[in-house]
Amino acid sequence: MSNKMMKIAVVIQLVIALAGGMLLLGQKMLQVKGSDTMVNLVQILAEKYMEKNPKQPIAVLGGGSGTGVTGMLNGTCEIANTSRDWKQKELDQAWEKGIKPRFFAVAIDGLSVIVNEKNPLTKLTMDQVGAIYRGEVKNWKAVGGPDMKVSLYGRQSNSGTYVFLMEHVLKNKPYSTDMKEMNGNAQIIEGVLADVGAIGYVGVGYIVDKETGKPMKGLKVLNINKDEKAEAFSPLDKAAVDSGAYPVSRPLWMATNGTPKGTAAGFLAWIVGPEGQKVVEAEGFYPVGGKLMEQNLKNLK
Amino acid sequence: MKRQRLRQLKERAIKAFFLANGLLSIFVLLGIFALLLYTAVPAFRDIKIGEFLTTKLWDPTSPLKPVYGILSQIMSTFLVTVGALVIAIPVGIGVAAYLSDVAHWRVREIVKPVVEILAGIPSVVVGFLGIVLVGPFLAKISGQSHGLNALNGSILLAIMSLPTIISISEDSLSAVPQAYSEASLALAGSRWQTLIRVKIPAALSGIIAAVMLGMGRAIGETMTVLMATGNARSFPTGFFQSVRTMTSNIAIELGEVPYYTTHYYALFAIGLVLFIMTFIVNLIADVVLRKYQEREL
Amino acid sequence: MKTKKLVQFAGFLLLRVCLYLVLAVLLILLYDIGSKGGGSISWEFLSKPPRRGMTEGGIFPAIFGTFLVTIVTAVLAIPLGMFTAIYLNEYARQGRLTRLIRLSIRNLSGVPSIVYGLFGVILFVNIFKFGTSILSAGLTLGLMTLPWTITASEEALKTIPNSYREGSLALGATKWQSIRTNVLPYAMPGMLTGTVLGLARAAGETAPIMFTGAAFFLPMLPKSLSDQFMALPYHLYIMATQHHDIAKVRPLAYGTALVLIALVLGLNMTAVVLRFRLRRKRRM
Repeated sequence: MSNKMMKIAVVIQLVIALAGGMLLLGQKMLQVKGSDTMVNLVQILAEKYMEKNPKQPIAVLGGGSGTGVTGMLNGTCEIANTSRDWKQKELDQAWEKGIKPRFFAVAIDGLSVIVNEKNPLTKLTMDQVGAIYRGEVKNWKAVGGPDMKVSLYGRQSNSGTYVFLMEHVLKNKPYSTDMKEMNGNAQIIEGVLADVGAIGYVGVGYIVDKETGKPMKGLKVLNINKDEKAEAFSPLDKAAVDSGAYPVSRPLWMATNGTPKGTAAGFLAWIVGPEGQKVVEAEGFYPVGGKLMEQNLKNLK
Repeated sequence: MKRQRLRQLKERAIKAFFLANGLLSIFVLLGIFALLLYTAVPAFRDIKIGEFLTTKLWDPTSPLKPVYGILSQIMSTFLVTVGALVIAIPVGIGVAAYLSDVAHWRVREIVKPVVEILAGIPSVVVGFLGIVLVGPFLAKISGQSHGLNALNGSILLAIMSLPTIISISEDSLSAVPQAYSEASLALAGSRWQTLIRVKIPAALSGIIAAVMLGMGRAIGETMTVLMATGNARSFPTGFFQSVRTMTSNIAIELGEVPYYTTHYYALFAIGLVLFIMTFIVNLIADVVLRKYQEREL
Repeated sequence: MKTKKLVQFAGFLLLRVCLYLVLAVLLILLYDIGSKGGGSISWEFLSKPPRRGMTEGGIFPAIFGTFLVTIVTAVLAIPLGMFTAIYLNEYARQGRLTRLIRLSIRNLSGVPSIVYGLFGVILFVNIFKFGTSILSAGLTLGLMTLPWTITASEEALKTIPNSYREGSLALGATKWQSIRTNVLPYAMPGMLTGTVLGLARAAGETAPIMFTGAAFFLPMLPKSLSDQFMALPYHLYIMATQHHDIAKVRPLAYGTALVLIALVLGLNMTAVVLRFRLRRKRRM
């Protein structure tokens, strides 16, 4: 047998061996997919949980709320993170596939509207934000700002934040096609930091500098009011977010198929418990209380 | 005699084995086309092909009615590609001409591998540099508020197409028969005139093929434009606008689309359009190259 | 007369400027990555996994993942590439079929990487049900690399003079015997170095693996072909765009870019040096 034949034979054998490895149980990790708003938070939650439970590996992937929902529908993840409610169409598709999603509110987010610090504006009404993102307002002076073109930064259609904003602030009308659709919260922040005419929307956990507890340098967080007459609140104001006075707040959800089992059960129970909620606060989001927490505890069973 | 026949059978079997491998490429190409087609066709149950290709708006998740128009993406692809070629063609041919006609052979030996290094830079790294280096620089010198636009994309794509254009053009120029240049020089033409009026026209088919291949590369590039052009869905009206090419659009939405929905099929339809475009470009390059080779015989 | 010389001077100067432009661009790119990424490179960076939500620690899992998926790519692309090249150079006759094969190869090398990704999702992830895994991603990359390995192998075969083959045939060997003993051993080194270049390119690709197996944050190294994996190019992409604290991880992103470039260029240079050495050997 010539050298070459030997080499080919070895290669084929390697392939078979590696393929055989496929059948061996690769230790199955808990797959968590979805919201980019939540990915950092859930990654840190997973890291901390795994420190205490090293035999329960958890893989946290982002991709946007839409990806999480798709993952659950396609059977490629056990927990789906979404920063918005599931759409009726998605729930229908789940039921068709025999999937019964159960929802856990793991944190509260005050969705924040940010502009570059050089922009003198300090507040906007919900309607104004909607008009800007629908493309109806193209220059800052129309809303009381400087004479400067509005440079829109937003997310892509797989983002729960994108959908949430569209439903609640854009009144279910489409976004302006001039909006630069960034890959994640952090890219929006990067854009706003560098662009004086920029406006962006991000989860509140992203704008706080973890070390100082204050908003990141270079960014300005706008206060939002429900309408012209109401008082404008900041998303950093915990009381305002809790009471609903800050009009753009939302729960962040983790969904499982039916009752959570195994690692998923342990992980979720820990997240909604005191330790997990402390981590949520440390990451800049708000802990869950009241009725939502009651429902969480019920859903664990 | 039996041994002989056995041997012949073995030889024929081996030849068949290699033939099968040879045919593999055809099958893969056809396979890609067929699977794309198969997965894209269901999209057209709900979307009219004409509207697909001529509508500017792409909004599959619209709160009103989902719209699947890829005209803006086609235009975006076209814009960044043309921009890239405007930069890469003169520079590329210039470098090729320099290497083939002016440079000392030692310079050639050094520059050729250097150009290959440029070719080896992964597209994600070029895109990364578009975000951190080229984009902000562009913003500064153009007075725009940010650098995530078509111009950024064009510059980056030019960088990526240059090695292809340079190396194939240089090969073509070097392959021009000495007799041509000697004749020109004998008639008192300068080296420059020889280059411009004799060599480049003689190598033109090879150069065109090089440009076509570079263009194919620019059309099909994904990561670079995904990271550096801003991904706005609007119809591009200028180089300082944020654009979304066909390749970016697929990469952005494929990860989140539920399988087997119209949106899913529509993304494959975009892939099909891309495949057809690059196929045509490569076909043209092929035909041009073949004509060129035949002429040389 | 003087104008002619002046024009030539100006013309050649213009050409020289083009060259300097290209060289300058390359230098600037490499310098930017080298200077800003160099600071992140340390033994820890290269050998440890990421920590604290990827803001600290290293990128070892990404290096490991890239390594694994490149092996699968090689297993698919190298043998098939060689066999196809053997057919084209040793057996094929000049005819329509051969032209069609060559046309297909050229076209395959021009297909956009994201289209390969789409193909991989349909065929490997869904139809063959390999799911998102090293296997799916490696096979997708393998198909993408195939045109390169075919071309590189063919070039190596072409350099073997026909006299080698004819000599063997004249002594009564069959065609395959001649190829096996008189052509392949001499062409093999060249074939392998050529394919290394193709693998270098595969290692740097992102689009084909994005939807067929690459993931951003996995707490463990992949243990089998059916696991997802982290990969250098995908890691860089996420660090640069989707990570939750882009500013903080920017230096790490630069570091990742530097490692990726070093890997790709390292492989390229190895192949070039090997090719050079082989050419010299052959001349003797």
